[in-house]
Amino acid sequence: MRNRLIGAALAAVRGLAVLPGAASAAGDGPQPPEREWSFNGIFGTFDRAALQRGYQVYREVCAACHSMRLLYYRNLMQIGLSEAAAKVEAANAFIVDGPDSEGEMFERPGKLSDRFVSPFPNDNAAKAANGGALPPDLSLMAKNQAGGPDYIAAVLTGYADPPEGMEMSDTQSYNMYYSGHRIAMPPPLSDDLVEYADGTPATVDQMAVDVSHFLMFAAEPQLEDRHRLGVKVIIFLLVLTGILYALKRKVWSAVH
Amino acid sequence: MAAPKFDNPIVRWIDYRLPVFTFMHHEMHEYPTPKNLNYWWNFGSLAGFMLIVLIVTGIVLAMNYTPHVDHAFDSVERIRRDVPFGWLVQFIHMNGASFFFIVVYIHIFRGIYYGSYKSPREILWILGVVIMLLMMATAFMGYVLPWGQMSFWGATVITNLFSAIPLVGEHIVSWLWGGFAVDNPTLNRFYSLHYLLPFVIVGVVVLHVVALHTHGSNNPLGIELRGKQDSIPFHPYYTVKDFFGLGLFLTIFCLFVFFAPDYLGHPDNYVPANPLVTPPHIVPEWYFLPFYAILRAIPDKLLGVVAMFAAIAVLFILPWLDRSPVRSARFRPIYKQVFWLLVIDCLVLGYIGAKPAEGWYIHIGRLATVYYFAHFLVILPLLSVFERPRPLPLSIGEPVLGGGGPSPPGGGSAGAMERA
Ligand code: HEC
Ligand code: HEM
Repeated sequence: MRNRLIGAALAAVRGLAVLPGAASAAGDGPQPPEREWSFNGIFGTFDRAALQRGYQVYREVCAACHSMRLLYYRNLMQIGLSEAAAKVEAANAFIVDGPDSEGEMFERPGKLSDRFVSPFPNDNAAKAANGGALPPDLSLMAKNQAGGPDYIAAVLTGYADPPEGMEMSDTQSYNMYYSGHRIAMPPPLSDDLVEYADGTPATVDQMAVDVSHFLMFAAEPQLEDRHRLGVKVIIFLLVLTGILYALKRKVWSAVH
Repeated sequence: MAAPKFDNPIVRWIDYRLPVFTFMHHEMHEYPTPKNLNYWWNFGSLAGFMLIVLIVTGIVLAMNYTPHVDHAFDSVERIRRDVPFGWLVQFIHMNGASFFFIVVYIHIFRGIYYGSYKSPREILWILGVVIMLLMMATAFMGYVLPWGQMSFWGATVITNLFSAIPLVGEHIVSWLWGGFAVDNPTLNRFYSLHYLLPFVIVGVVVLHVVALHTHGSNNPLGIELRGKQDSIPFHPYYTVKDFFGLGLFLTIFCLFVFFAPDYLGHPDNYVPANPLVTPPHIVPEWYFLPFYAILRAIPDKLLGVVAMFAAIAVLFILPWLDRSPVRSARFRPIYKQVFWLLVIDCLVLGYIGAKPAEGWYIHIGRLATVYYFAHFLVILPLLSVFERPRPLPLSIGEPVLGGGGPSPPGGGSAGAMERA
């Protein structure tokens, strides 16, 4: 029902214009497989356990190369960490602050109001450490790729041997879903790379899905608010529109 | 018009000194409106509503937005993440621009179908085209403000078009940029103009409505009002109908704002602008795609720019291209068909505008461009001479009084819109 409702509305607009989003999604690779996400649909919410596992994968694996500039440690409370636990996460990071009263920069443990620290001081340092390729910031990755979290999960699990005759340099790997298929990110995941606190088996697929879930949260931490308010607003509008329709019929009944 | 009597003494006191209530009464109660307007006539008030929504949300955004190349992108993200209900305001503004165009495009095609641009409404029509141009300028500059990849590269491609102008082109471009590339000065001036132009639009809208109220609305039959029995007061009849339409429209709009806020946008604009990395496909927002297709249909840069502007310019002279004395397409059997061909042609242009300029797309784009101009410059003048319109009803009362009965011949496409 809810999907049909949106589908109808989308189809209505699609009829009016051809949409660039739809058009540009056609890349050169295969389409990333569509997965079921708990945050899809108009009642969709994040799965807190998946978010925490995803954060763990980010922190233990991806954070070695990728920054996440737009998140603050306080955001961790939104994925279900207690304030004390979020403070511990923050305190594990070293933040360069200053200058102090002597004019010196100093390092201090992170606070909830700090942004996630980046693995490299600047883009050039990041490139130098990654064979010339820049690991992109992951804060909005789930929104800035057509396919969003489906695409991220597909790239993370899409490594394979290159087809016959395709030459790869040392810094490149073959990836089925990456545009051009030559990706400068070595396969970041392997089975049991992390040990999940909740005992979930850490398969490559599981970690890929969890970290993609977390990246969707990172791209739009207010997604649940949006869905919650949206349902109320739509119900309100439907009732209001119904009343207005009845009123219109009544006012106009004298005219026809 | 006799001054109306007001019961409330305060209202009377004010009205004696500043006749706002008399004015309202005149424009709302006495203003005679054809009784047979269908739902396509709702889109004018919807457009006015969207303009207000964009101005209000825009002013709130401006309180939190930072127009600087180093901070613009992050400030928009900050609005979404940390400003209370900032995400709502930002999504309403972003999707509001798209819906404003949807509404206005429907409004324009309504005018084309029912011949609303014909005498005595030529100036009303021209003011409408001016509003559309101003909207385009406003939306183009607004899209640059979040300073994502498409913001930056869209601005670069479009401003570069002016370099096609012979001799002074390059100078004009660097004058627009305020430098030698799209950079901070460009962002600043676009922000300033993006704040200014909506208020210019408000001014033109006022003129548009003054022109409208001078001769009143056209109607689906396209014939003049023949007397009192043909019209009804705007209030309450059309106020309640407009409110019902607004409710329906808001429901669809909110489905996008709350459940598909990024559907009409481009994912690349979630990547901060980077002058060193060109995106593989640079596409403008969907509402510019038909014009973008016309631009690219012509191999010569200067002529392409000329064609793109000409596509809008023909709308200015439309009242003089279509000389048929009959307004409504309902009584023009051939015109009605070429109208729908024009609609299809514009959709095709929009589709081509989203595709890379290669292979078949180029040929289809050129064909559609030629047809677009042929519609206005060849078909319409010829039809004015050769088409034999159907007989017009004597008055609006005639077909409508029959118990809301059968719509006149050829009412087909609009029939469903009328009965509700
Ligand atoms: C060894 C460093 C390294 C690690 C660890 C790493 N990445 Fe990457 N990643 C890169 C580099 C370098 C690129 C840029 C690839 C390119 O430009 O070809 C990249 C690119 C990406 C992309 C972009 C794909 C695209 O279409 O642009 C995504 C998504 C991504 N990484 C996600 C992750 C996730 C999630 C993790 C953790 C599971 C991770 N990465 C771990 C280095 C790394
Ligand atoms: C004719 C009415 C208007 C139209 C068509 C319009 C259109 C747009 C568009 C398309 C964007 C880009 C949104 C995005 O992609 O993120 C934008 C952004 C913006 N607009 Fe407007 N706008 C209008 C009125 C206004 C007004 C009156 C203001 C107030 C000053 C304003 C302030 C802003 C600001 C600050 C931004 C940048 C923040 C953002 O991207 O959301 N706008 N506008």
